[in-house]
Amino acid sequence: MADTMLASERESGPERLRAGLWRENPILVQALGMCPVLAVSNTAINALTMSLATASVLLASAIVISSLRRIIPPQVRLACFVLIIATFVTLTDLLIEAFALELHRALGAFLSLIVVNCMILSRIEIMASRQPVSVAALDALGMGAGFAIGLVTLGSLRELLGFGTLFGSRVMPDNFEPWQVMQLPGGGFFTLAALVIGFTLLDRRMRRREVSA
Amino acid sequence: MNETELWALFLNATLVNNFVLAYFLGICPFLGVSGQLQSAGRMGLAVTFVMLVASICAYAINRVLGLIGAEYLALISYIVVIASAVQLVEMFVRKTSPALFKALGIFLPLITTNCAILAVALFQTRRDYGLVEGLVFAFGAGMGFTLALVLMAGIRERLRLVDVPDPVRGVAVTLVLAGILSLAFTGFAGIGGSA
Repeated sequence: MADTMLASERESGPERLRAGLWRENPILVQALGMCPVLAVSNTAINALTMSLATASVLLASAIVISSLRRIIPPQVRLACFVLIIATFVTLTDLLIEAFALELHRALGAFLSLIVVNCMILSRIEIMASRQPVSVAALDALGMGAGFAIGLVTLGSLRELLGFGTLFGSRVMPDNFEPWQVMQLPGGGFFTLAALVIGFTLLDRRMRRREVSA
Repeated sequence: MNETELWALFLNATLVNNFVLAYFLGICPFLGVSGQLQSAGRMGLAVTFVMLVASICAYAINRVLGLIGAEYLALISYIVVIASAVQLVEMFVRKTSPALFKALGIFLPLITTNCAILAVALFQTRRDYGLVEGLVFAFGAGMGFTLALVLMAGIRERLRLVDVPDPVRGVAVTLVLAGILSLAFTGFAGIGGSA
């Protein structure tokens, strides 16, 4: 973990964008920021909304904090970060309530809980508080996208097997019997475990190929 | 609310809607800290304690914000007030009861921004709990958290002697365990009514 942090400080913006998508994927590699998110990963649309909201909060706070990084005193930096993040979460929460009331009801208190998402705070502390705006923004974009990919995959799998639908429309054949376990919280844990194992295996195979080539 | 309903609320928050296993809250300490039984127990106690503080704070904040009509500030106020209140309580406990401080120890500042803590404040507000109901809910949630953490730590102590396949090691095996625990807790559904 310490190695990846040190390595990331020397890298350029586009490098950071790619790092978030695969090598340092926040969900599958770092296992960060899952707390408020897993609870609403039972359908693809919930997962998509939640990850878009998280990603936009991350992007906006990264840009603001990175441009204020010389003004924020280091002693109280964490308090300042949290205040800025909380402001953007409140904004996002109100926006979703205004434009998509149904979704807002489904997500409930979990939208507000984005504030304490450790993925956001770790990106702010590692990147945005030390790097220029362009690098911080690209890093936030990459991490946000990686987060969304992981989460939407999780949500889609759970919806597909648990309800036989995808984004609300029926995909599975009529005689498909929904797996009840996928709708339960336990199903969320199992699916995420399967994703992490699959990712690890795939990543290893790719690395081995790189070494032998 | 009478006594039976408060019991139902407590059981519901502890077993049926367990914060960790049903709501996925507080997963970070659950995956990270829960390696040893003793520290898991202490961590759980510290979380319960902070949850009670958070519940009182949230009740007070809601009253004040309701008076001045600024409910949109709720989220920001929760974070700031709960963090400072925990800091104050920590100083007070260190002065008055060194034994308790040693038991809760380093966990207090760490868990202030744990999602489970903030969730107590948010859920309590959404469900319109009064002061007593809020406190019972917070205590139940804290006990549920402790239970999940201790169970997990017990399993993981055994797991150290087991030969886990290489790609599954670490996060993945913990998630599978959590899934099995969560399924087991589904069996409590229906106890204490629905809340």
